[in-house]
Amino acid sequence: METIGNILMYFVIAAAIIVFSVLTVTTKKILRSATYLLFTLLATAAVYFQIGYEFLGATQIAVYAGGIVVLFVFAISLTHKPGNDAEPLTSHKRWLGLTAAIAGAGICCYALVSNVNILAQKLGSMQDFTIDKLGRALMSTDKFGYLFPFEAISVLLLACIIAGIVIARKR
Amino acid sequence: MEITLLMYLVPSLIMFGCGVYGFITRKNMIAILISLELMLNSVDINFAVFNRYLFPHQFEGMFFSLFAIAIAAAETAVAIAIIINVYRLAKKVDINDITKLKF
Repeated sequence: METIGNILMYFVIAAAIIVFSVLTVTTKKILRSATYLLFTLLATAAVYFQIGYEFLGATQIAVYAGGIVVLFVFAISLTHKPGNDAEPLTSHKRWLGLTAAIAGAGICCYALVSNVNILAQKLGSMQDFTIDKLGRALMSTDKFGYLFPFEAISVLLLACIIAGIVIARKR
Repeated sequence: MEITLLMYLVPSLIMFGCGVYGFITRKNMIAILISLELMLNSVDINFAVFNRYLFPHQFEGMFFSLFAIAIAAAETAVAIAIIINVYRLAKKVDINDITKLKF
């Protein structure tokens, strides 16, 4: 059973996610778009904190809000002259985008409504989750162990570092 | 009143719809990448929330979200390197002007 503060917090987070994601794709200035993206990502981290996944929320803040948004801001300042707004969109493309987004959302809405009795699930008690458990799961080869994806991700990150240097270096 | 699973899925769905809209309508390559991040992020919310509500004694969805965040970071880094290199060669980041690779 949630407290009244939890429910209030939920509505703040949901409103922040909806408003800032709409603003991210509708604003005309690219730097503002990146800023609204930052707020959306922080609201997502708040969702993770609210459902009890503190480690996931911390990762979200550290990697997305701390890493990716800074990368975006640097890329924007490297590739845009100050005061140069995004050009207006053509109406044909805008209708196409609206149609695709609303059609996709409508299909998903149908899926949600037809499974509404499963989705009315209440928040149950969670198995105690500690960083110790997370480390053991990441490094084990048992049934719920993730050693192979962990190593695959580390090789992928190494490849990405090398690729980033090779692509973006000055010749 | 209690917070149900559906109430987390609706903001995530709207976020995904915004991502699709931005991905189709934007012409700037960095703005397209930002819309892509929105879509990836809404999928991460879904993984974590489904895991927490339907299978609260396991952590598969949480681990999948962790790995998805790592993959998204790597993908963004390479994409931004490509965009900066394209800007250095062509002096523009508009998707309609970059047609050299078109057959």
